[in-house]
Amino acid sequence: MALLEIKNIETFYTLIYALRGVSLTVEEGTITAILGNNGAGKSTILKTVMGLLDDQPDKGTIEFMGKRIDGKDPEVIVRMGISYVPEGREVFEELSVKENLLMGAYIRKDRAAIKKDFNQIYKYFPVLKEREEQWAGTLSGGEQQMLAIGRALMNRPKLLFLDEPSLGLSPILVKEIFEIIKTINQEGATILLVEQNARMALSISDIGLIIENGRFVMKGKSKELMEDKDVQEFYMGMRSEESAKGYQRWKRKKRWR
Amino acid sequence: MFLQLVISGISFGSLYALVALAMVIIYKTSEVPNFGQGEMSMLSTFVAYALLVTHSHSFIFSFIGALLFAAALGIFLEFVFLRRAKDPNILSLILITLGFQMMLYGLASWKWGADQRDLPFPVSDFDVINLGTAVISYLNIATILITLVLMFMLFLFFKYTKVGIAMKATQQNVMAARINGIRTNRILSLTWAMSSMIGAVAGILLAPIATLDPNLMLDPLLKGFAAAVLGGMTTLVGAALGGYMLGVIENLFGGYISLEFKSVVAFGIIVLVLCFKPSGLFAKHYVRKV
Ligand SMILES: Nc1ncnc2c1ncn2[C@@H]1O[C@H](COP(=O)(O)OP(=O)(O)OP(=O)(O)O)[C@@H](O)[C@H]1O
Ligand SMILES: [Mg+2]
Repeated sequence: MALLEIKNIETFYTLIYALRGVSLTVEEGTITAILGNNGAGKSTILKTVMGLLDDQPDKGTIEFMGKRIDGKDPEVIVRMGISYVPEGREVFEELSVKENLLMGAYIRKDRAAIKKDFNQIYKYFPVLKEREEQWAGTLSGGEQQMLAIGRALMNRPKLLFLDEPSLGLSPILVKEIFEIIKTINQEGATILLVEQNARMALSISDIGLIIENGRFVMKGKSKELMEDKDVQEFYMGMRSEESAKGYQRWKRKKRWR
Repeated sequence: MFLQLVISGISFGSLYALVALAMVIIYKTSEVPNFGQGEMSMLSTFVAYALLVTHSHSFIFSFIGALLFAAALGIFLEFVFLRRAKDPNILSLILITLGFQMMLYGLASWKWGADQRDLPFPVSDFDVINLGTAVISYLNIATILITLVLMFMLFLFFKYTKVGIAMKATQQNVMAARINGIRTNRILSLTWAMSSMIGAVAGILLAPIATLDPNLMLDPLLKGFAAAVLGGMTTLVGAALGGYMLGVIENLFGGYISLEFKSVVAFGIIVLVLCFKPSGLFAKHYVRKV
């Protein structure tokens, strides 16, 4: 069943035309990865769905579990079961780690279960337990990323949005985080992942999509995308040279589809 | 004399601390110094007066009534005026709060006139306890105690309640608060209600020692603002300490140096702090790593 169904949305930042007709279906139980270069519109998709951009999407519809959510406020959307780990962590810097996690469970009332989820998060990220009483702003970047993911999980989401969880992390930590994302998925959450790290993202995801200039230009099974020459060249760093010519060839190819 | 000056300084300082707390709570959420704060307390104090004297209700009833009025007033002003401002910059927000100030001042003058009134307070300003060389009035004691209790309640609220923590979260990062399901608009309303109620308590404690007229809070507002600046505008503890410090310093200045220029101390402190330590004496703000 399609958990999230985005149909042909268009998003503007005042005059900047950021999403130019984006459609996307996220199937329940899967990990879907969105790849693309800086400024392609990846984050904008997530922000639009979360209802964070006033009066957006300008066109198109968004359905979550069969219900329209476009035009709704984030406060409402979160309550329907979508959690969002924003780009750049956005933890509450002057709240303790524990308070940050507590805010993740803000909309819940089931105290006993919340307590259990605290333990679950601390099992994923033991360092957070050590830092429980520390201000989140004093954590390292990687620890803040773990906290942001933990906070989003405290809401027990059906669908989890992750915006560049690997940003600024050491390779070892990236691996660790992606393994945890995989585990989270196996334990029942559907995941929509935005990444620059195409290799990692494709290795754990089921479906991959590539966005350029506010449009998807490619979609496929992640395994197949990993084999694709263009994807390898342009998104997995296997490029022979980073030339303007190469970029144009990609453009041409896109136009043919 | 020293002890006496310190004691009444602490008592006045309590009122400044309350005004400063009220200001800082709003400053942290709406990011604007609310210059209408004083008039909001003044009007609430008049409501207490109307209930108590004009309508002969009990003191407790009038007190609670005034607090409820204060809460409603705070919510109303934020909702009707501040929230309408599209793409507000700090200057336009300050202008809006100055607008509140004039509007409420006008309203009080029209309804109650410029007559000086007395707000009967159940605790006397004339009965005193002897403390060796100094005396402390029952009203001073009540003022100090009520302020401390209120501060303790605020401390508990921000430390242990989910709503209190959510209020801090909203102050720090509105977007992050919203994606965790915090209804930030409600938090904003609650902030204004709380701030306005704290201000009202200050007004009601002040009225028996001052006289109740539309100018009631003019001076205390300035002092409270100075105290908030002294404390760094962003910490509640700083605001409270700033209030007490200002109360005591000002009183000592008035006692030993010049009574006429006592009120200038607050100005002087604002200027000094802004020159030498703009972040305030007590700011423990986490500085965002860029
Ligand atoms: N708040 C904003 N105001 C104006 N333009 C914006 C805003 N946010 C994003 N944009 C523009 O919209 C386009 C898409 O931005 P978006 O943040 O979605 O890119 P992205 O794919 O997430 O990039 P990155 O990988 O660098 O995070 C960019 O051209 C960007 O400049
Ligand atoms: Mg982005």
